[in-house]
Amino acid sequence: MNLEPSHFEYLLRLADNALILGQRQSEWCGHGPVLEQDIALTNIALDQIGQARMLLAYAGKVEGKGRTEDALAFLRDAGEFRNLLLVEQPNEDWGYTILRQFFFDAFNFFLYQELCDSADAELAVIAQKAIKEITYHLRFSSEWVIRLGDGTGLSHRKMQEAVSDLWMYTGEMFLPDAIDEWAKDAGIGPSLQAIHVQWNARVREIFKEATLELPESGWMQQGGKQGIHTEHLGYILADMQFLQRAYPGLEW
Amino acid sequence: MNAEQLEKTFQDKVDAEIRIEPRDWMPEAYRKTLIRQISQHAHSEIVGMLPEGNWITRAPSLRRKVALLAKVQDEAGHGLYLYSAAETLGVERETLIDEYLYGNAKYSSIFNYPTLNWADIGAIGWLVDGAAIMNQVPLCRCSYGPYARAMVRICKEESFHQRQGYEIMLTLCRGSEAQKAMAQDALNRWWWPSLMMFGPHDSDSPHSEQSMKWKIKRLSNDELRQRFVDVTVEQAHFLGIAIPDPDLRWNEERGHYDFGPINWAEFWDVVKGNGPCNRDRIRARRKAHEEGQWVRDAAMAYAEKRKARQTAAEAVASPTPVATYS
Ligand SMILES: [Fe+2]
Ligand SMILES: [Fe+2]
Repeated sequence: MNLEPSHFEYLLRLADNALILGQRQSEWCGHGPVLEQDIALTNIALDQIGQARMLLAYAGKVEGKGRTEDALAFLRDAGEFRNLLLVEQPNEDWGYTILRQFFFDAFNFFLYQELCDSADAELAVIAQKAIKEITYHLRFSSEWVIRLGDGTGLSHRKMQEAVSDLWMYTGEMFLPDAIDEWAKDAGIGPSLQAIHVQWNARVREIFKEATLELPESGWMQQGGKQGIHTEHLGYILADMQFLQRAYPGLEW
Repeated sequence: MNAEQLEKTFQDKVDAEIRIEPRDWMPEAYRKTLIRQISQHAHSEIVGMLPEGNWITRAPSLRRKVALLAKVQDEAGHGLYLYSAAETLGVERETLIDEYLYGNAKYSSIFNYPTLNWADIGAIGWLVDGAAIMNQVPLCRCSYGPYARAMVRICKEESFHQRQGYEIMLTLCRGSEAQKAMAQDALNRWWWPSLMMFGPHDSDSPHSEQSMKWKIKRLSNDELRQRFVDVTVEQAHFLGIAIPDPDLRWNEERGHYDFGPINWAEFWDVVKGNGPCNRDRIRARRKAHEEGQWVRDAAMAYAEKRKARQTAAEAVASPTPVATYS
């Protein structure tokens, strides 16, 4: 197997996005606005954590230091996580949660479409499995963005506010760094510029139907992919890693 | 047919084990009893998501996290089937939910106890789902069709939950001293409330007799409780943890385990709202319901707009006769 450190890092980005967003979504379980949606969002959380498990296990194999999915999930500190800032943002309310999901799904959908043909055969297999789930996630979050955007005056205002708060976390998805370039050159990952074009078109289309305004492109936050996170990630990990940290080295 | 004849035909069908279906005639008291029981059961499934949901973000491995999420999600599904079964009796889900959030409708008291360590997730699956199965397997033969059918689906999933919970306990009991102590602590706290899940003694159970006659209920509270004790004691032995009851011993003559007196004062206190988590549970459910209001409103408003647009589009595509004649 390829022992290139970039390869491991690239896989961690994919894995951590799935894991941290899945962890966030799972906070809704038992608290959703209506029973059917509680179930639907939990389905998405289950898919994402399932994807994270496959990706982490594979990343551990590529790294070659014997780290398991759990070692990677529970025993890394915040600075070693490689997820986007977007996915660690708090749930706030159903509108934020849906919009965060939509921004991410639209990116993830086009990304995983490409990953299905990755030169990394094992990653391609994972992507082919995940793309079915992600296609459904994108449909779900798109429908809800439309429903809430074009629902009542209140829901429209709430969504527009969520757009202005979350927009600054979208730029990072498309900003390639050395690792993204390495993956592209190796035929493992796609060109992020190309994904950006597709993402823009999809977001415009859905926003139009949702009667939502797209913000002027403003300042974009970044750092998640390199391990510089928002304050939220530390708390996510404090919860998630508590037992493994308090009682090290045990089977559960 | 007069009322007396209707009543007789109904009871004959019940006695002959013929299922009562939503369109069949049924006594008003039968309908009311079922609505009360099915909706309490549904509320219990939903409130029951909270104590276990409390550990989803802290599950100790990804495998356990996925299993717990799926389990709590199953409980939501059970709530859905049961609300649907209740709706066949002519009540709306929304009304039933209002009754437990803002009125006097009850849910199972067991969910008013806290989950304090990870072993509680094992203990709930093992004991609480285990007790639920004991109660619910006979309900698969309940005289009311939609309830009986819902219970068949639910029981399959509950027994999966029970095995999964026991497996968590087993892992902890074969683990470190600290893990074993967690398991013992969880059993200490969940044992007696689990026995209370079967309800008051038969002599103090006002609705039981009529429910037996209607074949809504098949076995008495005390019979079910005894069955539960008999199987669970053996399982605890296998785990190597102690049931917190000094009076527990095998009774050769009865062929059952004898067990100590249940603290019914505590039971009624919790029913009245004084359990450790009654307030938290209801507040959490109210919060979800109230904060979801704008979402439900938006979904409704959007659906109406869409329908209106569709109707308008159809009108343009094919003018109505009225338009042609005018
Ligand atoms: Fe259940
Ligand atoms: Fe269950």
